[in-house]
Amino acid sequence: MTTSMFGAPVARREDPRLVTGNGRFLDDLGHDALAAAFVRSPHAHARIVDIDVTDALEVDGLVGIWTHEDLPGRVGEPLPLLIPHPTLTHGRTAYALAKDEVNHVGEPIVLVIARDRYVAEDVAQRIRVEYEFLTPVVGIEMARDATALVHDDVTDNVSAHMLQEVGDVDAAMAAAPRTLELDLSIERSACMPMEGKGVYARWDDDNGELRLYSSTQTSTGVRAAVAAKLDLPLAKVECIAPDVGGGFGVKINHPWPEEVLIPWAARLLGHPVKWVEDRREHFTSSAHERGQLQTVKVGFDDDGRILALDVKLWHDNGAYTPYGIIVPIITSTQLLGPYKPGAYRVEFWSLYTNTVLVTPYRGAGRPQGCFAMERTIDAIADELGLDRTEVRSRNFILPSEMPYDHGLLFQDGRPLRYDSGDFPASLDKLKALVGWDDFAAYRAEAEAAGRKVGLGIGCYVEGTGVGPYEGGHIQVETSGRVNVSTGLTSQGQGHETVFAQVVASELGVPLEDVHVTTGDTRRMPYAVGTFASRAAVMSGNAIALAARNVRAKALRIAADALEVSADDLEIVDGDIRVKGAPDTHMSLGTVSVMSNPLRYAFDEAAKAATQFAGSNDPSKPPVADDDEPGLEGKDFYSPTQATFANGMHAAIVETDPVTAEIRILRYCVVHDCGPMINPMIVEGQVHGGVAQGVGGALYERMVYDESGQLLNASFMDFLMPYASEVPVIETDHLETPSPLNPLGIKGAGEAGCIPVSAVIASAIEDAEGFPIRSMPISPVELWQLRQRHAAGDWPSLARTRHTPSSSTQTQEDR
Amino acid sequence: MSEPVDEELLDVTVTVNDVPRHARVPARRLLSDFLRHDLGLTGTHVGCEHGVCGACTVLVDDAPMRSCLMFAVSAQPHRITTVEGLGTQDAMGPVQQAFTECHGLQCGFCTPGFVTTITAYLDENPDPTAEEAREAISGNLCRCTGYQNIVKSVLRAAELRQEAKGQ
Repeated sequence: MTTSMFGAPVARREDPRLVTGNGRFLDDLGHDALAAAFVRSPHAHARIVDIDVTDALEVDGLVGIWTHEDLPGRVGEPLPLLIPHPTLTHGRTAYALAKDEVNHVGEPIVLVIARDRYVAEDVAQRIRVEYEFLTPVVGIEMARDATALVHDDVTDNVSAHMLQEVGDVDAAMAAAPRTLELDLSIERSACMPMEGKGVYARWDDDNGELRLYSSTQTSTGVRAAVAAKLDLPLAKVECIAPDVGGGFGVKINHPWPEEVLIPWAARLLGHPVKWVEDRREHFTSSAHERGQLQTVKVGFDDDGRILALDVKLWHDNGAYTPYGIIVPIITSTQLLGPYKPGAYRVEFWSLYTNTVLVTPYRGAGRPQGCFAMERTIDAIADELGLDRTEVRSRNFILPSEMPYDHGLLFQDGRPLRYDSGDFPASLDKLKALVGWDDFAAYRAEAEAAGRKVGLGIGCYVEGTGVGPYEGGHIQVETSGRVNVSTGLTSQGQGHETVFAQVVASELGVPLEDVHVTTGDTRRMPYAVGTFASRAAVMSGNAIALAARNVRAKALRIAADALEVSADDLEIVDGDIRVKGAPDTHMSLGTVSVMSNPLRYAFDEAAKAATQFAGSNDPSKPPVADDDEPGLEGKDFYSPTQATFANGMHAAIVETDPVTAEIRILRYCVVHDCGPMINPMIVEGQVHGGVAQGVGGALYERMVYDESGQLLNASFMDFLMPYASEVPVIETDHLETPSPLNPLGIKGAGEAGCIPVSAVIASAIEDAEGFPIRSMPISPVELWQLRQRHAAGDWPSLARTRHTPSSSTQTQEDR
Repeated sequence: MSEPVDEELLDVTVTVNDVPRHARVPARRLLSDFLRHDLGLTGTHVGCEHGVCGACTVLVDDAPMRSCLMFAVSAQPHRITTVEGLGTQDAMGPVQQAFTECHGLQCGFCTPGFVTTITAYLDENPDPTAEEAREAISGNLCRCTGYQNIVKSVLRAAELRQEAKGQ
């Protein structure tokens, strides 16, 4: 059983506690803590003239009120810019509490701490802030026009301008037999984890130590940032990510203002303090993503082969850039998907607006890039009257061309070089799964019944498992219990299970003996974090390497004791035995006893390792010069580059001829993330990703008015899909191994959501007979497009020239 | 100012998971906060504070209700069942068991609200179709699973309940 653990759909170790109410999320901790609340700006762009707390001071239960001028030293300095980049010439970050000026609705201005949250909110309500209004910059067009500025000293609202070019695009474009241009846009959405952010800090005055809990995707990152801000030695700060109720990217940014202020206040007050983000705060004070305008010019030949691709994109980065320009960098590189673009040029401008800041959301710029590329391929196919899958095939990078170097720099500052993938095989599987070649008959049948249906497709490649590194530590106790720790955090990915599977396989122990800890800096202080579909690749491999070290040590000790060669030993179910002679054996727990020479016997097992037990060789030291006590091992995995997973989705949609309601009838996914540690968990990741993609394609948008108010900052108004909106997701898998890492695996976390907007746009376009260039799309917007199309100011697909049947008929029907 | 500066505390006793539980709380104390912070029953989660997401769903006299939309004082005449009352790690209830078998959860934050909702639903509809199961859970938000495996969990829970009855 133990050797088959890798690849088995085993039930999750974390589930029993989570389904019975025994999880420990941030707000489940610290019932004795004081509560924090914030006065946040109700205005998108304003100068703070005065803050009056007089009316607030009489509230019973108030502990303290702080504004920016109360913050000492580094606590009062701007928050760090986490990922600098040479092209990010005008990076700006916020203060933990606003200093003089606010740049988006929701920016924190005053910190209130009180007996409980109810009282803290009462106090916050009684604080009066006087503002002088400035012109809010809302929307990419307004930011680009730069008639008003977000930051006075950024005169064009541009935080970063970046250009990458491979080949001579102008020459290739000029020489191309055909060209097309597309104007595209994608609106804002957000991660929206069910649990918002939260921070709980305890200051230990006796030892001068801080223990910090944060609902974060990086406990090591938060620890280092908080230690720096509070001027504490790293050794005096520990940070733990407890059970985290979803992240999807927003919890990787750090330190959030609250992660600095809550520990600072806990230390100042000598009392535990907790802040738990409420839903409105999450909408206006965390982060969004996705908003981009794009133009694509493509040159291609009569067979649909791309010869030149020229992309410009304008990225809305919100009010500040603490996470740098990772999102538009990813859009601009991952846009290429499984295709060879010929000559490629991409230029982007990252723009400030007076809206909440933008940091990665699952997919992190890829959904936008995939949208641009797939809309382009569909447009080429339409122009030439070719099958959309045929044009894709003709532009695929082939397995024989792997590894394939695009000649660009990826988000990790390393080459964009695909390691493996079999795109033609993936496409074949997808066509079979969705019944691509039978769709014409299905459509004819549907049309005869007065229904409009369309088939859409989208392909993507996803760089996963980016460095710099992760580590794994494994220790075998004398009982045979195996403790595993890795520093990155968990937000529902089932790390306690999959990492236990890796260890069970590598070490040869029962799964139930393996206990995994993640995101606890006390257990593993060296780590990066959970993002970019990297946890399985990075920590999985680090843990596998650590397990191999432990296994080697265990076999060496057992070989000595059993007087056999280590090569003749195997480990089965936690028992080390001679191959073919299983009666000669000892348990891993016994080896653990022997690995740690003792002076004191604390139990029966320990007796065997004490100094008078008679098993020692007096000519040697108890622990050899090149050895360490204990049966434990540690290792790190640090790759030279990312590994590239890929996938292809197809959907059949139906659009109501009268109401323009859009229904997804079928949704098919072919996914290749290499060998799967736990296919059940991979499938779950795909399901969840697709559901978020469906939200982004049809329902979710951040509706800012021209004054910068977010009009739909609640679950009543921001439409996340319920079960009734998510289709049944049909899946098939390819498992193309990565040559880059010991387990041969690739990441899977973000995959599901990447192509969904592209796929749904493709399908609606196919159903309607006119191009879809902007997502998400609501029934109202589709209905308006139909009106425009009927009035002749929105074009038909070119296919009406090739096959004048269905679409023209639709037009006449109107 | 309409806000009270000083708050009167009330003796509130609510029957939770068949046990009468008492605390002194202000009249505005929400049932969700009372359960979580006064009684330490943190299985009930709060996701939106305005009754939309369903994470805080508890059973009030066996009917699913949003505990974030109810005051603790108003819960006094009722029997409240939380996720903790539906099984333990060593003896999970059928819905809990089904979620672990079907990968019906990822981060697990919304799960308690689903478990309570589905428990009440299956009491009324012990043998749902997949379509009915999907409808039954469509008042609760989950951001991780895409719901497919929660639908599966509803069907599996129905099976487990049947099996338990047959024994």
